[in-house]
Amino acid sequence: MRTSRFFRPLVLLGALGLGSLAPVAQADVLANITKAGVIKIAVPQDFPPFGSVGADMKPSGYDIDVANLIGKEMGTKVELVPVSSANRVPFLTTGKVDLVISSMGKNAEREKVIDFSSAYAPFFNGVFGPDDIKISKIDELAGKTVSVTRGSIEDLELSKVAPASAVLKRFEDNNATIAAYLSGQTQLLATGNVVAAAVHERSKQRSLGVKFLVKNSPCYIGLAQGETALQNKVNEIIQKAKKNGSLNEISQRWLHAALPADL
Amino acid sequence: MTYQFDFSFIYEYRAMLAHGIAYTVYLTLVGGTVGTLIGTVGAICRTWDIKPFAGLYQCYVELFRNTPFLVQLFLIFFGLPSLGIRMSEGQAAILAIILNVGAYSTEIIRAGLQATPKGQIEAAQSLAFTRWQIFFYVMLRPALRKVWPALSSQIVISMLGSAVCSQISAEELTFVANFIQSRNFRAFETYFLTTAIYFAMAFLIRQSLNLIGRYAIVRRPLP
Repeated sequence: MRTSRFFRPLVLLGALGLGSLAPVAQADVLANITKAGVIKIAVPQDFPPFGSVGADMKPSGYDIDVANLIGKEMGTKVELVPVSSANRVPFLTTGKVDLVISSMGKNAEREKVIDFSSAYAPFFNGVFGPDDIKISKIDELAGKTVSVTRGSIEDLELSKVAPASAVLKRFEDNNATIAAYLSGQTQLLATGNVVAAAVHERSKQRSLGVKFLVKNSPCYIGLAQGETALQNKVNEIIQKAKKNGSLNEISQRWLHAALPADL
Repeated sequence: MTYQFDFSFIYEYRAMLAHGIAYTVYLTLVGGTVGTLIGTVGAICRTWDIKPFAGLYQCYVELFRNTPFLVQLFLIFFGLPSLGIRMSEGQAAILAIILNVGAYSTEIIRAGLQATPKGQIEAAQSLAFTRWQIFFYVMLRPALRKVWPALSSQIVISMLGSAVCSQISAEELTFVANFIQSRNFRAFETYFLTTAIYFAMAFLIRQSLNLIGRYAIVRRPLP
């Protein structure tokens, strides 16, 4: 008895130590989600078409559809948590959400603190144009006119690698760049795929299809580090959604373009 | 104030700068010359009320003097293609400047023509001048002499206004300045240099127009 009383503080200390290690060592978020029947997913609310709040005050967009798809595949309810691009990573690292589906790109700084699934949405800068101009790589820009916003990523990249006979028409802002294309002043348009989708949606003046990518940084689902089981599950769901066309459907709905084959 | 000026970019972009200066000079010379011709014809039509041109000119002048140059430029470049009239940015820029100078110079020259004293015309008639001689020697030339300083100013203003053409990707001096600034982010130096170039160009154009006025228009010193 005396010994046990003597060791009691030590046991307590040991338990505390184990307890503090626990979330890192063996907390299985996937198991918790399955047990609770609810998955908490951070989604954007101010970044259409990936996520925005509609007139009915409900978030909708590409990311919300993917979140619901994952919830359906896992057989759990989905609790959407609106986040901003600044606080989406802290929400994940402090365990307030299980997944971040918030049009997030992968980079070295983020990879230090969180893990990523495979890519689930295309996000790129590219050259867009009408169906009757058949080009598929940058060398074929020779002799073509392209409208581009001065100082943008597209401008800097194309200025470096486009053939000398390609004519880059540089405009002050996105609107002028788009207007130049839509009014037929240039043959092609260099911009982001999200911008191109919005233009395509609002204007039927000229068809707008992707010709080739200038810079690619697709979106990934973020999850807490070390959650291999959850990561595998999410990757499996993405893989399945790519194969059975449901992710392509979401892409068509929000980006008005098929999912790129190399995503 | 420890700002470090760095003008080394001038050498790197010298070809572009030269091209931008040449483009602006071209816009000013062609726009100024053709615009003044349009204005002269317009002033004549309006002074003698030659139908139907006087009415047409009046609409044109009111339209162009009461709308911003930038909007005129956008209308020509972005708007007209919808009607099937497609112009390159160079054509749109020069057309907009010509039309703009034309509208203002119509009113400037008209003021000069209408200031011709009636007695002067009657004196010429009594000296058996032909109608053409009266028009040219008694009315137009003295009119141009009177309004030459105002006309010169208008041409310099249109040169400064041509900076707006950078908005439709016409690669004149301001476009070049914006381009350089978007690559080296040295806004102060870039626009400092551009300001100096514009100032020098405006000065030279004004001096040249003074000389032209002195020797070609009146053939005697301006009052």
